[in-house]
Amino acid sequence: MNQAAPLRQPIRAARPLPVDLRPFLLPLAVVGLAEVMALLFVPADSFSLAAPHQIAVEFARMLVDGTFLVRTLETLGAAMAGLALGGLLGLAAGVMLGLSEAADKVTSMTVEVLRPMPPTALIPLSLLVFGFGLTMEIAIVAFTTIWPVLVLGRAAVRETEPRLMEVAKVLRMSFFRRLTRIVIPGAIPRIFVAFRLAAAIALIVSVTVEIVANPRGLGYGMMLSSQALRPATAFAFLVWIAIVGWGFNRVLILVERHLFGGLQGDAR
Amino acid sequence: MDRVIQFSNVSLAIGGRHILDDINIDIARGEFVAIVGPSGCGKTTLLRLLAGLAAPSSGEILLDGTPVRAPRQDVAVVFQDYGKALLPWRTASGNIALALEAMNVPRDQWPARIAELLATMGLERDGDKRPGEMSGGMQQRLQIARCLAQQPGVLLMDEPFGALDAITRQLLQDEVLALAERTGMTVFFVTHDLEEAIYLGNRVVALNASPGRVARTFPIDLPHPRDQLSTREHPTFLELRHDLFSFIKGGTGK
Ligand SMILES: Nc1ncnc2c1ncn2[C@@H]1O[C@H](COP(=O)(O)OP(=O)(O)OP(=O)(O)O)[C@@H](O)[C@H]1O
Ligand SMILES: [Mg+2]
Repeated sequence: MNQAAPLRQPIRAARPLPVDLRPFLLPLAVVGLAEVMALLFVPADSFSLAAPHQIAVEFARMLVDGTFLVRTLETLGAAMAGLALGGLLGLAAGVMLGLSEAADKVTSMTVEVLRPMPPTALIPLSLLVFGFGLTMEIAIVAFTTIWPVLVLGRAAVRETEPRLMEVAKVLRMSFFRRLTRIVIPGAIPRIFVAFRLAAAIALIVSVTVEIVANPRGLGYGMMLSSQALRPATAFAFLVWIAIVGWGFNRVLILVERHLFGGLQGDAR
Repeated sequence: MDRVIQFSNVSLAIGGRHILDDINIDIARGEFVAIVGPSGCGKTTLLRLLAGLAAPSSGEILLDGTPVRAPRQDVAVVFQDYGKALLPWRTASGNIALALEAMNVPRDQWPARIAELLATMGLERDGDKRPGEMSGGMQQRLQIARCLAQQPGVLLMDEPFGALDAITRQLLQDEVLALAERTGMTVFFVTHDLEEAIYLGNRVVALNASPGRVARTFPIDLPHPRDQLSTREHPTFLELRHDLFSFIKGGTGK
């Protein structure tokens, strides 16, 4: 063994870089190509397109002057509040329907009808009821996020190990203890996945509502720049929204790994 | 005789199929009764009826003179599939705590009780391990420890060692025997291993298949304490083994 090791060493490929740069090749190439195309075909004062370097300047400006910060907080705030409301309602309903077949029979058709309703379809009514502002955005996000959490939560609860429910019976555990000691903890990893999916949806819905109707947040910022015929600003918003969405999902995945990483392997 | 368990004319039919038919078994306090029979004859079903997890179609099961209608905390059940019967997200200690909490043991007594129960089953060093980090034998020990937290007068075991290797199985057989002797528990032990039944039982009840009926009862006249070597070489053991094997063979061959 000791002798074989030095022999093997030279055969190994060059030491890998600490960060793999290959995933960045494609975006860089696209940006480079766009810059060249813009240089050739897009006038500097175009009202419809902008060169990457113009977008970068706008991006930097809004990053520094707090535009991004303020608008991101508005959007994320509405998305999170809506998610908290819709997620909790969906979770409560999902757990109940997962436990009670009768309750599920009564509600399943209603759920199937309401679930696929596009969130944008709610905007007119929501405006009518709540007017412009935070409340109507929260309401729409909440309505949209109820369903994924309800459906996945219901499935997670239904898949509680039947043997554990028998253990609970033998121990004569109360309904509340069965719920809090066995059903919910067993379902938690999957409930978290449901919340992560719902969070991504919440962000999409928030931005959409802002673009379509609500004068606040990142969506409205983008809408304003487009109406002011400032493509560089609109593009900069777009890039920022992509970064926010990606970062948001990353954080959720990291939290999930931290909480359940070691467990999911031996749990199921 | 101080009767703890009494099956009287117990029958069970599911969807028109007779699964158990006219079962009559009396079990005295502190007795260790092993139930054997071919696969599918209704051993597990019988145990579930006794546990109050299912109800017979007719007849009655009495526990200390009262009919069984629901599970009772002084009747503990050791399931064969220990992997499914433990909370995978809790440590060994946490799994025992589940039973202590259900028994309404005051929280400040938990640590001492948990330590004692872990030690009883030889798990004193494994309190912080999750079931997924434990061997099959350790998991089954943990399930037994959790059952002991109920301080049961009656322990029901459904092929508890069926999934374990031979050596672990023998160790656990001796531990359960010692435990039963020390606590005076009544044990209702389902197994398909005839030698295990003779080794452990004061009495072996052999069931017939379809429908499940008590075919014959074998009193086991072997000295206590039992020993894996000398008991299994005892002339009475060999004789019983011969009788039981030929009985089962004849019974199912028909
Ligand atoms: N819930 C149920 N519904 C319908 N049939 C059932 C049900 N539970 C058990 N049975 C049937 O009852 C019979 C006895 O089953 P049981 O599990 O008690 O047998 P067993 O003696 O424990 O078998 P094994 O040794 O394989 O564990 C089987 O034929 C089984 O198919
Ligand atoms: Mg069985």
